[in-house]
Amino acid sequence: MQFQLDAPWIPAWGIHYTVGVDGISLFMVLLTTLLVPLSVLGSYSYITTRERAFYALMLVLTSGMIGVFVSLDLFLFYVMWEVMLIPMYFIIGVWGGENRIYAAIKFFIYTMFGSLLMLVAILVLVYIVAQRTGAYSFSYTSVLAHAGGLGPAAFWLFGAFFLAFAIKVPMFPFHTWLPDAHVEAPTPGSVLLAGILLKMGTYGFLRFALPLFPAVALHPMVQTGIVVLSLIGIIYGGLVAMVQPDFKKLIAYSSVAHLGFVMLGIWALTLQSVQGALMVMINHGISTGALFFLIGMLYERRHTRLVAGFGGIAKVVPLFAGVLTIVSLSSIGLPSTNGFVGEFLVLLGAFKTYPVAATIAAAGVIVAAMYLLPALQRVIYNPLDKRENERLLDLSPRELAVLLPLVACIVWIGVYPKPLLRRMEPSAQQLIQTVRAASATVARGR
Amino acid sequence: MPPPGFRLDLLWAVPALPLLGFVGNGMLALTRPKAKTAVSIIGVGVLVLSFAAAVAAVAGFVRLHPAAPLVFRYWEWMPVGDLRVDYALELDYLSAVMILVVTGVSALIHVFSVGYMGEDPGYARYFAYLNLFVFFMLTLVLGSSFPVMFVGWEGVGLCSYLLIGFWFNEKINADAGLKAFVVNRIGDFGFLVAMFLIFRHTGSLDFDAVFAQAPTAFTAGDAAITATTLLLLLGCTGKSAQIPLYTWLPDAMQGPTPVSALIHAATMVTAGVYLVARCNVLFALSPLSSATVAGVGALTALFAATIALKQWDIKRVLAYSTISQLGYMFLGVGTGAYAAGLFHLVTHAFFKALLFLGSGSVIHAMHHAYHATHSHEDAQDLRNMGGLRHHLPWTAGLMWIATLAIAGIPPFSGFFSKDEILGAAFARGTAEPIWLAYWVMGIAAALLTAFYMTRLMLYAFHGPNRTGEAERAHLHEAPWSMTGPLAVLGLLSFAGGVINVPALFGGHAFFRCSGRWRCRPESNGRSSSLRCSWRGWASSGRCGCSSPRRSCPRGWHPRSGASPESSGRSGTWTRCTTRSSCSRSSGSRARCCGRRSMRGSWTA
Repeated sequence: MQFQLDAPWIPAWGIHYTVGVDGISLFMVLLTTLLVPLSVLGSYSYITTRERAFYALMLVLTSGMIGVFVSLDLFLFYVMWEVMLIPMYFIIGVWGGENRIYAAIKFFIYTMFGSLLMLVAILVLVYIVAQRTGAYSFSYTSVLAHAGGLGPAAFWLFGAFFLAFAIKVPMFPFHTWLPDAHVEAPTPGSVLLAGILLKMGTYGFLRFALPLFPAVALHPMVQTGIVVLSLIGIIYGGLVAMVQPDFKKLIAYSSVAHLGFVMLGIWALTLQSVQGALMVMINHGISTGALFFLIGMLYERRHTRLVAGFGGIAKVVPLFAGVLTIVSLSSIGLPSTNGFVGEFLVLLGAFKTYPVAATIAAAGVIVAAMYLLPALQRVIYNPLDKRENERLLDLSPRELAVLLPLVACIVWIGVYPKPLLRRMEPSAQQLIQTVRAASATVARGR
Repeated sequence: MPPPGFRLDLLWAVPALPLLGFVGNGMLALTRPKAKTAVSIIGVGVLVLSFAAAVAAVAGFVRLHPAAPLVFRYWEWMPVGDLRVDYALELDYLSAVMILVVTGVSALIHVFSVGYMGEDPGYARYFAYLNLFVFFMLTLVLGSSFPVMFVGWEGVGLCSYLLIGFWFNEKINADAGLKAFVVNRIGDFGFLVAMFLIFRHTGSLDFDAVFAQAPTAFTAGDAAITATTLLLLLGCTGKSAQIPLYTWLPDAMQGPTPVSALIHAATMVTAGVYLVARCNVLFALSPLSSATVAGVGALTALFAATIALKQWDIKRVLAYSTISQLGYMFLGVGTGAYAAGLFHLVTHAFFKALLFLGSGSVIHAMHHAYHATHSHEDAQDLRNMGGLRHHLPWTAGLMWIATLAIAGIPPFSGFFSKDEILGAAFARGTAEPIWLAYWVMGIAAALLTAFYMTRLMLYAFHGPNRTGEAERAHLHEAPWSMTGPLAVLGLLSFAGGVINVPALFGGHAFFRCSGRWRCRPESNGRSSSLRCSWRGWASSGRCGCSSPRRSCPRGWHPRSGASPESSGRSGTWTRCTTRSSCSRSSGSRARCCGRRSMRGSWTA
């Protein structure tokens, strides 16, 4: 942990304002600070009503997102988790599409359900630790140090954390809020939802669920169950994406598949797979963020997101088609784009622990090509048979300014990911060692 | 890096130049698509320079004659724990042959494209894609590890997808491109899982480390190595259009004809053969996989030839013919005759590129004739041709050379290469009868090849003309930019066989040295082990580079104090020239002693 700051907040209950970053959270923070300005730039023409409220909420959302990634105090973490939930609820509910109220409420109930359980778990955990140490403390390091040997309680506590994070990821079968929320959310909302909010779930697993309850997390039953759910996410997400008529919904389901890779990588718990999972988290933010921007740009021009509403537009908007092609290729994991680095490392590492699961997940690579490329073909290739598509405008300089940084990241991370990998390695290494050692101790005790 | 005068330091430029061309032409395609002269100069220029760089590098390499592949490391790609993947290029005899073929044939086809695609509105985009393809193809053959090779492997698939669907406003073209990509991805799945297996067993993905450790990491003939090699074979069948993943190649003919010549005949589709040859150490460890490779090859050779008999589309005949000839190459490398398989790859690149470009010249003429009369007849249907030799004399003559070559008529190039493959299969058949069956299938396919090619030539160029009265006046020979490359390829198709003339006629050792570790299981009753030696590929004859690698693992050794990180950029080197001059120093690094070594320093 670096750049740590510790200030008492509610000293009577041992609540501190403690923040800091390590190799895991650093890149999540950087991803947030990359995507938020781009979203603001991208929403310039999309958000045309109540602009002041919108941008104010965006700023609150940003504080919440960064807060979640840097919190080293369980109470602060919970507060930040909620702080980010409320602005997103309003962004979907006020500036969303036709069915926005339904989507916003669904999103809110799902997430709230998980986070309340998490609050209970945090309180119980702190209470147990306080009984051992004699003083209340929500400090992450202190809880972590004294959370060993919880016995059967660990299972229920892990379950509560698991639900909160699994809904957020979202893992199959808790994913049904995601397509609705994505389809209804305005472009900047979708970008941040996919780019950052989903990563909070996987980040939560890495930061809290795994280190706090290693024995439960590495219990063969739990481990197998989560790996199977990840695989279902990869394959089922891809298959459902294949038949979506709405481009935005297609991308939403592809997120389920991508996050399946992340979960597989985390639970395989080898150095390559965990670093791969971290890379997929970053890459998914970049590629899917860019895809949502691109769909938003199409929507602004044509007011439809249906794949069937387009066709052959590469001829009219070559620049748009070129960027969409690059981003799609990155999303399906073509080597020399960022997508490959993450998925390759996840699969390579997971193959050591779970050869069969990694092989099935590798088949997801075929599925990825089968849902994204046909959609790409139906949008930018094929005959230009719709009159209203003949006069589409190509990307404006402002839109290029939104997309080019993301395209640059796609190529840069694909060709030279070493700066990222090198900074993640110590943290990932430490995490794996802690979890493995702790779970081994418990296993011996049994 | 090595001593001045060898020009090996130009190796990075060989793939980098086409990439530069892609960037330049891509910019032009988006900003000034009408600037055709600039596009032609960039597109063809980078390829000519790249070919020159390849020649210089290979010439330096041959003069140096190192005992082991030269590896040039540029930067670390994915360093994670015990995984080390570098962006590194590797030059050995195998990749030397491949880069010469790829850059040479590509340069000719780029020149041809200037004439063929001259009137297309997507001219700049076309050259951008074509340049990008050459970059990925060179990455594929020069990559020094499985992941870097995979970059090229999927990259060429991407360019194939983009170029098959080049005229994307027709659904059939876009569909064909998509089909090619998805079918290739099924093969790539095999490649991926094979990589995971290799990493799990050997702990590395670098060719050198994997092949050095394979004999100890795997037990010969066991399930792990068989699974690995069969998964690699799945990747190869996808890329090289072998049974069961051959179906995309005939559809791929929707792309522009020079693309068919370059990607779907001369270079990309041979990547599978290259992969098997590259991994010969692994395949040698699994007799079952080797037999499967040969079996898939023989079956595909025969099966595709029978389909070619009844095709009316001139390009589809050639597409099935390509599948069939690729089958021969698989038969060759599966038999263990790697030199023969690679030899056929080279000669096939010449004559099949010539056939495709010749058919392109025919289609060009037919298309113009039909265009002039506003007819909607099919310009690619053999039934609409006939008697074209009067209108396209150069094309007709040159295509006959290629036809005789592919049919295996001596002394044309195809005779020598096909003969070597069939000879090797027959020789192996004396010990293992299954190879006799493969040999019979190969002979039958050779007969069918002669038949369907002669059929194509007679329908297209001989007999009465069926194009139509009005159209006939518009049939004319293509411009020099198209016939020029045809003539060069004609020369190569005729005389390409001299590269590897069999010992019977004097012999030549060009491919002999392109070997690696050869391993065979040895049993002494109780335990079995592997005996490995560094050999050339030819089963007979001397090879200039027969120094064993155990004691001298690398041609170039970083000397004292050079850490692995710095060894790629600069340092001092020692070159071992003979086996006896190698010894192990106190550290783990081999050192040369004695007079027969060279020393110096480099910076990369």
